[in-house]
Amino acid sequence: MKNIENKEGSETIESLPSSTKLAIELKNITKRFGHVVANSDVNLKVSTGTIHGIVGENGAGKSTLMNILFGLYKPDSGMIFLNGQAVDVNSPEKSIALGIGMVHQHFMLVPTFTVLENAMLGNEGSMFLQSGEEFVLDRLRGLSENYGLDVDFEAIISETPVGMQQRVEILKALNRGAKILILDEPTGVLTPQETIGLFDILRSLREQGVTIVLITHKLKEIMSITDTVSVMRGGKVVANFSTEKTSPEELAENMVGRKVLLSIKKPTLKVGNPVLEVKNVSHESKDGVNVLKDISFDLRQGEILGIAGVAGNGQSELLDILSGIETLQRGKITVNDKTILPYQDWNSKKAREFGVAHVPEDRHKRGLVLPFYNYENSILGYHRNEEYSSGFLMDKRKIFNFVDDLVENFDVRPRSSSISSSKLSGGNQQKLVLAREIESNPKILLVGQPTRGVDIGAIERIYEDLMKLKSKGTAILLVSVELDEIMSLSDRIIVMNQGSIVGETNSSDATELDLGKMMSGLEKV
Amino acid sequence: MSDSNIIPKWLSVGLIPLMNLFLAFCVSGLFILFIGENPFRAISVMIKGAFYYPGAIGYTLYYTTNFIFTGLAVALAFHARLFNIGGEGQAYVGGLGVGLVCLVFDQHVVGFLVTILAILGSVIFGAIWGIIPGYLQAKRGSHIVITTIMFNFIAAALMVYLLVNVIIEPGQMSPETRDFASGVGLVQIHILAKYLGLDIAMSPLNLSFIVALTVSVGFWFLVWRTKFGYEVRSLGHSETAAIYAGIKVSSTIIIVMAISGGLAGLVAINELLGVHNKLLLGFTAGYGFTGIAVALMGRNHPFGIFLASLLFGALYQGGTELDFEFSSITREMVLLIQGLIILFSGALAYMLNPLVERAYLKYYGNYSSA
Amino acid sequence: MPESFQLIISLLDSTIRIATPLIFCAMAGIFSERSGIIDIGLEGKMLLSAFVAATATFLTGSPILGLFAAILASCGASFIHGFACITNRGDQVISGLAINILASGLTITLGIALFSRGGQTPPLASEQRFMPIEFPFLDEMSYVPVLGDLFVEVISGHNILVYLSVLAVFFTYYVIFKTRFGLRLRAVGEKPEAVDTAGISVIKLRYQSILIAGMLCGLAGAYLSIAHGAGFGREMSAGKGYIALAAMIFGKWNPIPTLFACLLFGFLEALGVRLEGVELMWIGEVPVQVMQALPYVLTVVLLAGFIGKARAPGAIGVPYSKEG
Repeated sequence: MKNIENKEGSETIESLPSSTKLAIELKNITKRFGHVVANSDVNLKVSTGTIHGIVGENGAGKSTLMNILFGLYKPDSGMIFLNGQAVDVNSPEKSIALGIGMVHQHFMLVPTFTVLENAMLGNEGSMFLQSGEEFVLDRLRGLSENYGLDVDFEAIISETPVGMQQRVEILKALNRGAKILILDEPTGVLTPQETIGLFDILRSLREQGVTIVLITHKLKEIMSITDTVSVMRGGKVVANFSTEKTSPEELAENMVGRKVLLSIKKPTLKVGNPVLEVKNVSHESKDGVNVLKDISFDLRQGEILGIAGVAGNGQSELLDILSGIETLQRGKITVNDKTILPYQDWNSKKAREFGVAHVPEDRHKRGLVLPFYNYENSILGYHRNEEYSSGFLMDKRKIFNFVDDLVENFDVRPRSSSISSSKLSGGNQQKLVLAREIESNPKILLVGQPTRGVDIGAIERIYEDLMKLKSKGTAILLVSVELDEIMSLSDRIIVMNQGSIVGETNSSDATELDLGKMMSGLEKV
Repeated sequence: MSDSNIIPKWLSVGLIPLMNLFLAFCVSGLFILFIGENPFRAISVMIKGAFYYPGAIGYTLYYTTNFIFTGLAVALAFHARLFNIGGEGQAYVGGLGVGLVCLVFDQHVVGFLVTILAILGSVIFGAIWGIIPGYLQAKRGSHIVITTIMFNFIAAALMVYLLVNVIIEPGQMSPETRDFASGVGLVQIHILAKYLGLDIAMSPLNLSFIVALTVSVGFWFLVWRTKFGYEVRSLGHSETAAIYAGIKVSSTIIIVMAISGGLAGLVAINELLGVHNKLLLGFTAGYGFTGIAVALMGRNHPFGIFLASLLFGALYQGGTELDFEFSSITREMVLLIQGLIILFSGALAYMLNPLVERAYLKYYGNYSSA
Repeated sequence: MPESFQLIISLLDSTIRIATPLIFCAMAGIFSERSGIIDIGLEGKMLLSAFVAATATFLTGSPILGLFAAILASCGASFIHGFACITNRGDQVISGLAINILASGLTITLGIALFSRGGQTPPLASEQRFMPIEFPFLDEMSYVPVLGDLFVEVISGHNILVYLSVLAVFFTYYVIFKTRFGLRLRAVGEKPEAVDTAGISVIKLRYQSILIAGMLCGLAGAYLSIAHGAGFGREMSAGKGYIALAAMIFGKWNPIPTLFACLLFGFLEALGVRLEGVELMWIGEVPVQVMQALPYVLTVVLLAGFIGKARAPGAIGVPYSKEG
């Protein structure tokens, strides 16, 4: 295993032309949240007028570091230099005054305000809105034209597409005079076309001297747009590169810390009869958006069907409908020969009775009642079963027997039934949820983002458990935004884009390139 | 709001609430000092008034009974993360249930049976006054805090109307019903004691106290030992997780509010069946609001609620003694103390956490687990 | 002048008198809740400031000083509310409730300790109160039919605080919708993160908002005890703070509709009093309690979405924390 340490990395930066000035320099930044060390002794240098990428897995400390630079969090120790000057960035107010702007992963826009009101918030031009608006609107129009930031100033934010919301965020930062722009996972919610548009904007910003820091975990984006790149892992910067001198493989290796071994042994198994049939399912969200359009597919016994796609293309809604969280509006679902029709009584309780188990995408919001003890969480959704109860009472002894085995068999650490689940690490929380769902002996398992925010060790364990379940003949529907995960686990892959299925392929035939094209909606198969 | 993850439970559930209470009493003491009286003398008067004089303990426990009912009512709703401010109105309407049952049946049916029916009446009428805001929250999304506040006022108007115009005893000036027939009602403990050959000082303490204790045990069972309780707590901690678990959110909300209202309605049995023996204006006297303080202090646990109720019972009873002993302090001093307790134990409940955490880490903590 | 017209005129006149404290309090509620802080404590702040106004006026002899003392006291209560729910991120409903109960106990206790009159303050002489202001040209106007009576009986002849309450509505409207501060205040009530990341202090903004709310409640309290009334009586706010809260919701957190809601609720009360014991055609006698309950019933019905939909500010009731 090749290990690249800080020293070697910083040499790469210093080998850049000496004429470049540093816009940002972070020295020995450390930040703890309680007992968790989010950033540990981080050093970072970014030259003026460049695009600098920060890559790393979820939880590597990227966002924390940038929130420190933006003044939202206070570092426990360390120094920040802007343009060579030591500065004390203790609030966003200060950082904005120092010319830093940040576009957060979750947009910081007021949904009921117009684009103009949002863009001017914090730099309104005058005590009084009317005179301020005229003045600010002029400036915003100028910025908008200058950088190709196309927005409709009159529109209400909640009614605009995410791509425009992002442009509003950038405008907002520029309106306040940002010379350094931080973007946190800006492409997560964007379509490929919107991503291309965003990158054009970023390039034109760079041309006019703006320094950009781009946080992402997508290596392709790093390669296509950045000048330099830092890799973070476990709260530390582990390597720095000049983009043209590195490769995606090298970056990936540094992100993970060891060679990724995702060659999972798939049990060879004859797939059986279809147990889940989805026919012409369409769905309209509460805001009236068509989030699912005419979805049809089959899932067979002993098969893992992967659903690939950029986040927010209807996968979550599909899982919600199949698991009974959302009502079916149009189409037909057949689960183990039982048919569900639109607006029939269909809920999570019924889904479980029909043999559908569900590992939800968001374990904090759905999979677990966080303050509950492990023994309480281990029966969530199954608490009505006779195994854990007698009459309307719960049987604590039976529950404990069950849970003690559960944490043992699925390696949930610490091995305790009476610890609050909120105190478990992400990986162990996920193992607990997965264990609960597997132990219900489902015919069908729906899995959403099984390894989001989960450490490498737990990932391997989770993959193993899924494979074991598959070999028992359970049908598994796997939704993930991690293409690698989809490709290495699934037998068959369908790709979703903007609420439709845009392609289907056997995983043995699939290449990342093809899938990527389908995911971006550029190509139909 | 959540408890700290850093300090052990005996600090967060034991010491910090006591410190908050202590702060509330300190500030109350300062007010007494400001008025020009001796706070320690006031405390000793109140303690004597609550426990020492003949019948004092009986009075204290009689108030305690009311607070147990309203405290449990608020606490159950809290477990489902519903803020039921409507205990006052639910108790009031519960009184209507008692009154109607007694007025309709007490001439025809044996007293014991009427009493049982009246108890049921208090629960059902209180429940109805809880169900409506519950339904509006569950199905129409109306904020339950606002709706229950409004329902308190609507209940007050309704009861005044009925008592003044409809069920008032004919020929009577003050808005009250006629007395319930003898044989209807819950026996007072001192009378019961006399039958058993014990001589206890007279007090309004009656069998409702036993009901309150029984209901407290039932509450604990319901919340921590039944499937329904599990569902309620799941919903209270995380609505999204509850939906994921197949728990029907709206029916759970409505049932919780029904039980909550029913619990508050039981105040009427203590007041009307145990003491007044008729339905009268304003018998709830703010007990519903005090229930909020009780639930907050008792951390929504029946044992805590019992202790908190006892404290407030003692404050109420001891407070009446202030009237006799001081010229410048009256029982309304108790309202002030109650307000301060709600402030420190409720709104500022977590103010001391960082302080205690720091102290704890300094003396016991090590960062090695980081 | 026909009798029914006279009746309407006098109804309108008392509507305005009843609505004035509601208007101040409801505007206070708008400032607080638009910034994301639930304000159940309107009632308590009004009660407290009514007591302080009467006490300070009695002690100093000056209603102006009384008014300022009332505002100061009410702002003090607001500050406690802010300390609990902004600084310590406590529950806003609980804090508001604490303030109400505290105000009840405090006013009676202090009242008895200071004046030994069972919680009342001594009556104030007319020069110690804000007295009705007679407009010029009253005599001339009284010859004009209809409009003249309206001017003489309804518009003229109120104390200064009544006119100030109308001003407060326009002040609220202007500040909230037409100024930079208002833009930020609305933003912080909808999405505090947006304000924080725009480099504006959420905490400072919310404190400013609730302090303005405190001032307005102070005016309401002073109106009760040193303008409309001549001294403080126990529990003299009598639920008006809650009616104001209802009016604010009824007006959907907007100043102008809220003004009309206050006037409507004031009118209902005035009508209730006037109809007591009166047999109406077809309907019979309308119990005064129906009129009393109507504002609350209407608010419940509105909240339930049966007539229109009242949408509260997005971030209301949620304590703000950066690292949470």
